[in-house]
Amino acid sequence: MGVKLLLEKANVPGIRTYDVYRREGGYVAAEKALKEMSIEAIVEEVKKSGLRGRGGAGFPAGMKWSFIAKPEGVPRHLVCNADESEPGTFKDRYLMEFLPHLLIEGLLISSYALGSNDTYIYIRGEYAWVAQILEDAIVEATKNGWLGKNILGTGFDCMIHVHRGAGAYICGEETALIESLEGKRGNPRIKPPFPAIQGLWMRPTVVNNVETLAAVVPIIKMGGEEYAKIGVGRSTGTKLISACGNINKPGVYEIDMTISVEDFIYSDEYCGGIAGGKKLKACIPGGSSVPILPANLLLKTAKGETRYMNYESLSDGGFATGSMMGSGGFIVLDEDQCIVKNTLTLARFYRHESCGQCSPCREGTGWMEKILQKIELGKGEMSDIDLLWDIQRKIEGNTICPLGDAAAWPVAAAIRHFRDEFEWHINNRALSQTSNFGLQHYADPIHVPA
Amino acid sequence: MSLQFNNEQMTEFKRLIAHYPEGKQKSALLPVLHLAQDSFGGWLPTEAMDYVAGLLQIEPIEVYEVATFYSMYNLKPVGKFVFEVCQTGPCMISGSENIIAYIQKQLAIQPGETTKDGMFTLKLVECLGACGYAPMMQVGKIYREHLTKDKVDAIIAEYRMQIVAQN
Ligand SMILES: Cc1cc2nc3c(=O)[nH]c(=O)nc-3n(C[C@H](O)[C@H](O)[C@H](O)COP(=O)(O)O)c2cc1C
Ligand code: SF4
Ligand code: FES
Repeated sequence: MGVKLLLEKANVPGIRTYDVYRREGGYVAAEKALKEMSIEAIVEEVKKSGLRGRGGAGFPAGMKWSFIAKPEGVPRHLVCNADESEPGTFKDRYLMEFLPHLLIEGLLISSYALGSNDTYIYIRGEYAWVAQILEDAIVEATKNGWLGKNILGTGFDCMIHVHRGAGAYICGEETALIESLEGKRGNPRIKPPFPAIQGLWMRPTVVNNVETLAAVVPIIKMGGEEYAKIGVGRSTGTKLISACGNINKPGVYEIDMTISVEDFIYSDEYCGGIAGGKKLKACIPGGSSVPILPANLLLKTAKGETRYMNYESLSDGGFATGSMMGSGGFIVLDEDQCIVKNTLTLARFYRHESCGQCSPCREGTGWMEKILQKIELGKGEMSDIDLLWDIQRKIEGNTICPLGDAAAWPVAAAIRHFRDEFEWHINNRALSQTSNFGLQHYADPIHVPA
Repeated sequence: MSLQFNNEQMTEFKRLIAHYPEGKQKSALLPVLHLAQDSFGGWLPTEAMDYVAGLLQIEPIEVYEVATFYSMYNLKPVGKFVFEVCQTGPCMISGSENIIAYIQKQLAIQPGETTKDGMFTLKLVECLGACGYAPMMQVGKIYREHLTKDKVDAIIAEYRMQIVAQN
């Protein structure tokens, strides 16, 4: 069994309630932080821990906190990003649903460190029942003196507010989230200014993911240095992975980032192998936006080394032969899955979710969907593959926010690694409507250059 | 003006706007639109949006542009129960297509349509954050996960019973 820092108590009966959470050692870290530590010391521990943002970009949390502007007399805000809409990702939901007080405790400590008296949880609108669980936990925490005025006699006031979104993936992007929190359309802002200078209501704001903020609790409890000893290299601590697709045990797992991808997929402690005894074809290891990898490149890097479930190893080889840790949404495809169709559903998703501000993203996502649809329906031309490649290349890097890149990468990776499957669809138009390209050579061991 | 929050809804409205600082009441727009949609029959007629604009002291256009941006707001009437079935990649590879086809057959409607008796609407939606429990759909405020044909039948029967019980 790997180390569990976040989900250790997830199965304790009644852990959702304040009393049980407290009895199991809850709010001890908050007490320590507020009573015994200075603000600088808390930020220092988070820096030492090496904690990287768990929302997808992996930016060091302690560094982000130290950027927050502190102009005299202007309120500052912490905003918790619980928008969780990246296909394949459902870890934050699990954490909030089963351990609401862990998040509240993390938010309290972080709010104290950042000087946020009004902290917001922006939760995707569809998670209505999870929002209710959080509201209930906030009432309990307030009743027990952990939120409200003059917490623990420190003079620090803090309230946590739950704000429900209304169905828009783009609102997970931090500046779109801020716009949405101001009651507007979720159109990302042009940066700079960065939220740390001018964010919510033009006040200094830090936006962090649910899991990032929950991880502050074990960091304060054990100290940043101890936290940093778990894991490997710059992948410190533990990471929640939401695993789905064609595996025996879909679900949310906490890993310590030293486990190999192969073990994660095949061991009974985690995914339990491919469902129905089938073969692994491909995997999108970090949420729908990151490059898809064929089985051979997933389990081993291009150099023939074992690939591990951590930031560095998953991105080994860059986009040519690697992928990314992303949000931890681990999507597994078996031998019967069609890459063209899978890519099409993702292209449709990005077209649907583009806010429409930038032409390359708005128009490009629409075209990619149309062309993929054409190939999928057995009406594709060979030139369509190059056209797809050209469109994705023109989107990437040419837009206000990274949704453009997120839409381009899955298409690029699918063509890069599975071009023969696209060609097969075009060369076998009728056959492609009734059967699949299948596994072909994707699971073969890759050739290791001498 | 006929559309109005009743007392209970008005109390909830006041609780919602209290989350934001003085003068920033526009921030409550998304939560208040949810409240309006729940209060006024599951969708947002222009009258409801104008009412919300009045309550928040903002221009009606500020409400329209938001209501049209977010997918959870219905701008047309919908059935009593809206089946929002996820069709994105992870659900698709876990068999959502069969479930969608089965619901279409059982309810005799296409995606986007409502049954003649006004009971059910079928909507195809994008990832709902339940990919590990696929295939799945959202009905009102709850998720129905690990769907099978039998489960779909049972769910449809359950909602039909609910209506019979109410009448
Ligand atoms: C299109 C798009 C969607 C995003 N969705 C989310 C999300 O749902 N949750 C999240 O935490 N971060 C999301 N992010 C990343 C946020 O912009 C931001 O980097 C993150 O919330 C910062 O928190 P962290 O540093 O703790 O990860 C998204 C980014 C983009 C471009
Ligand atoms: S890249 Fe797409 S989603 Fe992002 S701002 Fe531009 S149009 Fe909107
Ligand atoms: S893909 Fe269907 S819930 Fe995520």
